[in-house]
Amino acid sequence: MKVLVAVKRVVDYNVKVRVKADNSGVDLANVKMSMNPFCEIAVEEAVRLKEKGVASEIVVVTIGPSTAQEQLRTALALGADRSILVESNEELNSLAVAKLLKAVVDKEQPQLVILGKQAIDSDNNQTGQMLGALTGFAQGTFASKVEVAGDKVNVTREIDGGLQTVALNLPAIVTTDLRLNEPRYASLPNIMKAKKKPLETVTPADLGVSTASTVKTLKVEAPAARSAGIKVKSVAELVEKLKNEAKVI
Amino acid sequence: MAILVVAEHTNAALAPVTLNTVTAAQKIGGDVHVLVAGAGCGAAAEAAAKIAGVAKVLVADNAAFANQLPENVAPLVAELGAGYSHILAAATSNGKNILPRVAAQLDVDQISEIIAVESADTFKRPIYAGNAIATVQSSAAIKVITVRGTGFDAAAAEGGSAAVEAVSVGGDAGKSAFVGEELAKSDRPELTAAKIVVSGGRGMQNGDNFKHLYSLADKLGAAVGASRAAVDAGFVPNDMQVGQTGKIVAPQLYIAVGISGAIQHLAGMKDSKVIVAINKDEEAPIFQVADYGLVADLFEAVPELEKLV
Repeated sequence: MKVLVAVKRVVDYNVKVRVKADNSGVDLANVKMSMNPFCEIAVEEAVRLKEKGVASEIVVVTIGPSTAQEQLRTALALGADRSILVESNEELNSLAVAKLLKAVVDKEQPQLVILGKQAIDSDNNQTGQMLGALTGFAQGTFASKVEVAGDKVNVTREIDGGLQTVALNLPAIVTTDLRLNEPRYASLPNIMKAKKKPLETVTPADLGVSTASTVKTLKVEAPAARSAGIKVKSVAELVEKLKNEAKVI
Repeated sequence: MAILVVAEHTNAALAPVTLNTVTAAQKIGGDVHVLVAGAGCGAAAEAAAKIAGVAKVLVADNAAFANQLPENVAPLVAELGAGYSHILAAATSNGKNILPRVAAQLDVDQISEIIAVESADTFKRPIYAGNAIATVQSSAAIKVITVRGTGFDAAAAEGGSAAVEAVSVGGDAGKSAFVGEELAKSDRPELTAAKIVVSGGRGMQNGDNFKHLYSLADKLGAAVGASRAAVDAGFVPNDMQVGQTGKIVAPQLYIAVGISGAIQHLAGMKDSKVIVAINKDEEAPIFQVADYGLVADLFEAVPELEKLV
């Protein structure tokens, strides 16, 4: 079966972002960018499905500026077969992204769509679920285990109290949680080979999708700084402070 | 203008986070209606009717809603919610699973994990793992929002007497089925909902040493978390990870033991009310955010702390 994987280019998770002085957003100039960690897990899962003989082709898609080609090349080096860049320089909300992905799903007809559970920049955790509504597919969010069995996929999900397993009719959507797998690194020969793999570029207009949004960001501020604490000399003093000063125990 | 709050519940009982969500709804202003969708969820609906400030409780009791499968529940919420100005749910794994599907079905954007209500259309939410706070304004006809429970006080669970109304909308979409669940058997509270969290890092040295934290946690009624370093070293499973790629917690008290305080970890816990750090390295960055820091060997300090609390 064909697997479609969506990936996003985001600020590398090791970078401490800074809010711009004019409060218009965070400063992304000259900051290291990488593939969103949850998307890496999504790519890895697709590659493992292919290695097991379950998936026949892996198509990886991203939506973003032309520089997001780097993340597509990374996914290709990890084992994806071909890639699609939906080129847009706007900052898109999840609904617009889900609509663009829906158009790609209509075109590619995958049996399984794998996304990360959330992007570490906007922290929305929406796109997979929205794509579920738009395509009418079942969704297995926050997956820690994925097993394709015939015309169904069994997804074990991380829920607040533990784990839940659901059986979804294919085609279906899966969003990845941290426990699903440990992504591999791309080897140098595979990075070289990835340069020759297909990368198709389309625009939202080509896909006939309007990316208008009803939500706008008025300002972005730094979070309130914590006031400096104190160092205590002993465990006894710590317990005394927690009981009588902070009153939390 | 009325607001629909989608209740978080276990059919037999209402989850406490629903009370925080009701408070967020009251801050927006307008009649607050609570939807309880489940199977055999009469007890949860009764509890919802008693919440102070709730005007009406809608009960959708149907076997198809027993396990909150989004393919079944989202169409129900979208259909009922079409007549409301706002649809709110707690930002739990369940709320996060269902609400974006509702929003897309209604063709509106969703706003995730608000921590403050500025006005009926303007909200604050953390982005970049809490390293920035965005103020966002929505012009959508129906505002679909998930609420971070730790951002709002709980509404009073008693004192209300809302009318309970049964609704018979929706059913089994036939796309998915519940197979089973494996709930953690621990008596300890769930990490993201706990009032006290005790977390260990690389300084714990091995998984066995986490027993010191478990017994301290049991004495405090706390949940146990871990830093990514402890998870990557294989000390504990990664559902215990607190941080940018793990769970975000904001308890009353967070005790960081043997955790250096890398930015990725701080992102997951720096909204805690009181932070305590126990670390033998007095230069560790964790001391910059800790309200109370103790420079000591954790293997001596933790047992002593357990004795004294």
